[in-house]
Order: sequence, then structure tokens, then C-alpha cells
Amino acid sequence: MTKKNISFEKSLNRLQEISELLESDEVTLENSIKLYEEGMKLSKSCYSQLNKAELKVEELNTQLEQELE
Amino acid sequence: MQKVLTVSEITKQVKQVVEENFTGVKIIGEISNFKAHVSGHWYFTLKDGNSAINCTMWRGVNDYVFFTPQNGMKVILSGRITVYPPRGSYQFDARSMQPAGVGELQKAFEELKRKLQNEGLFDEEIKKDIPEFPNTIGVVTGSDTAAFKDILSVASRRYPLVKIIITPTKVQGDGAAEEIVNSINILNKRKDIDTIIVSRGGGSLEDLWAFNEEIVARAIYKSKIPVISGVGHEIDFTIADFVSDLRAPTPSSAMELATPNKDDLFAFISNFSFDAKNQITDLISDLRNDVEQVTESYGFKNLISTINNKKQLLDNYLFRIQTVISNFLNEKKSNLELSTKIVSSNNIEVILKKGFVLVEQNKKFIKRKSEIEAKEKISLQFADGKVELNK
Repeated sequence: MTKKNISFEKSLNRLQEISELLESDEVTLENSIKLYEEGMKLSKSCYSQLNKAELKVEELNTQLEQELE
Repeated sequence: MQKVLTVSEITKQVKQVVEENFTGVKIIGEISNFKAHVSGHWYFTLKDGNSAINCTMWRGVNDYVFFTPQNGMKVILSGRITVYPPRGSYQFDARSMQPAGVGELQKAFEELKRKLQNEGLFDEEIKKDIPEFPNTIGVVTGSDTAAFKDILSVASRRYPLVKIIITPTKVQGDGAAEEIVNSINILNKRKDIDTIIVSRGGGSLEDLWAFNEEIVARAIYKSKIPVISGVGHEIDFTIADFVSDLRAPTPSSAMELATPNKDDLFAFISNFSFDAKNQITDLISDLRNDVEQVTESYGFKNLISTINNKKQLLDNYLFRIQTVISNFLNEKKSNLELSTKIVSSNNIEVILKKGFVLVEQNKKFIKRKSEIEAKEKISLQFADGKVELNK
């Protein structure tokens, strides 16, 4: 779950980066199409990760943890 | 003659008189020289303008005091006077302690706030950034509380990718401050916590007091993990709020500040696919314009007309070559026809039929008188046959 989440954050950051690159007018047509394809893939995966996610809750035993110190 | 008493005898009598007469009394005064011994017992002096009395509050009994006494705090104690024979001293054995008024707690609050502020515990520069996309959030609060339910519902609405780790913690009454400290420390020992939320629902100043305790403030200050406080209602400010990296007015808003909003993320993602498509379309149409501009340019058009001129020239040449060749062919053709006529007019059969004769000697046609060999055979070719003349 943790790993998935890191990739979610990474995907989102990359998506942000791609959208800035596309806006920059400094990319070639070929590159921009590659970026676009990458971005669409990322946005699909982000969307489904977020859509499918369910909150995970774990309860720590504070007494036990204290005794383990 | 008066009876002579030993020290022990007189002390015993004093002890009896004093302890019988001063049980279940209440006294008011200001705390000084407060010491919480490692054994768990409290030792302090209660005083007013003119007098002072030594006090003890034993471990177990002092568990029921919801606040940590501070020097200078005015309190009401109930308990009894005891005499300690080895020193011949008397002291107050406190069974309960109350602040002399809400103002007393307020005073303690202000004093601690000033003290920690002077130490730099509230400085903006030391406040840690709250991670934008947390993987795991540690929550310090009671596990069956409304505050925790609010926190969970906000988390699953806003950012269900996050994992919540709760350290069930007593957040009110005796020992609450110690439990809060313990929970913050436990969470700090783990490696997977991105943000800690220290929280409690609304309540009276007394209910929220644990969050005004110095040990809680110091635990938050020491935490390596960023801490968001969400204690009480909007109007409640605790020491924990000042020292934490981010203060939220309520438990649910603490979780709001700890997580990105799912709806914003969805909007960002769908904006991306929309914007990116537009960007590409724009780029392509810009490039198309660029291409058109080049093809419409004078230089380019000039080139095309040069090419067209050359084409025309080429066509002219081709035309001329074709004409020359066909003239040549025609001439040859008529020559050929003429030759054919000439040839056919010289046809030997026709000539023979006219009565001419071909003279042949030694397989050669004789065209002149001088060519004749007088002694050889001669053959004559007529139109209707050959005659051999033997000499």
C-alpha cells in the first residue's frame, strides 16, 4: 500500500511536470506527443488508484509499545 | 510539681490533638517549591501573605488532579494535618486539589505560554512543513471518540489512499498528559509516519487541560514528525496549538489540513487530459501555420515558378526534338518508298520478258564485249529458260 501511494505521489508530480512542459512551447511535436501519451497513462492510473482506494486503519497498543521500550 | 514529659510524649499528645481536630479541612493558598518526586509523591509549600505550610500529596491520590500544579498557582486543598514526630513538624496531607478559580488555570496557561515562547518553542522558523501527500498519518486521540470518527470520515472522503494509525490515548483527566506524550513518542519511533495529528473534541477548559501541560508541549516540540493539533472548538486555544507545526481549529479540520482533497486531484487529472489535448492541437495547428507560411512565402513561390519555367523549357525542347525526329523519319520513309520503286522497276524478270538476255560465263554475268572469253562455254538466260552454248 505504501509503495502504491509513493507511486501515486510520483505519478501526480510527473503529471504536473508534463503539463508544465506541454505549456512551455519548448517541446518538439514528437516529444509532446510522447509526453501526452505518458500523461494520459499516468492520469488514468492516478484516477483509478484514487477511485479504488479504501481507508486503512490500524490501532496500536500503546501499553504494549510502552513496555517494549 | 509539674510532670516532666519526654519529647516523644509531648509530640504524641500534640499529634493526637492536632490530627483529631484538623481532619477534613479545606485550605486555600499559593503553591511554591513544588516538587514531583520520582516516587510519584508531590511535595510543596502552600502559602499566603503571612504564613506557609508544608504539604504532601501522595502518589495515587495525586493521579486525580487533572492539571500539573505550578508554582504561584492558587489552589484549594482538602485533607488533614498530620504531625511527623521525628522532626516535630506538621504538614498538610492533601487528598484533593482544585484550582482556586478558572482564572488560576488561565494564569498558569499564560505563564507556561510566556515561558515556552521565550524559549523559542513557538518560533515560525522551526515549524515543519506538512507533507502534501502523506502515506500514513498517526492520530493521537481516544479510539472511541467522536473526534476520531470525524477524523476518519474526513480522511476517507478526502484522501482514502492514506493509512491511519491510531494510538488510543486518554485525552482528559489524570494521566492524560503522560499518555499523550507516550503516544507521540511511540509514533516517533516508527519509520512510516508522515504526519501526526494530536486531537480531542470540544470540552471545558478543564477537559482540554492536558493539552496545556508542559510535557505535552515539549513532546510536540521534540517530535521529528510534523504535528498538527486539532483540539476542542474553533475558539479554544491550547499550548499544544502554539507549539505544533500547524494548528487546526477542530479534529476534522486537522485531517483536512493533513490531506489533499480527492476532488481537487480528480479535477487536476481531468484538467490535464483536457488541457494537454488542447496543447497538442494548438501545437499542431501552429506548426501547420508555420508550414503554410513557408509555402506561401515569396522565396518558396519563386522556386516553384522557376521550376515551372524549367518545365516549360523542357517541354519546348521535347517538342522540338519530336518534330525533328518525325521529320527525319518521314524523309527516310519517302526515300525508302522511292528506292523500292526504283528497285522494283529494275526487276530482272520484267527486263527478260522484254526480250533482253543475260549472258553468263564461268558463273559471272558478262556486261561488256571485252569480258568474253572466246573459248569458254556461254550460257544465255532468257525469260523462258536457259540455253548453254558450247564452243
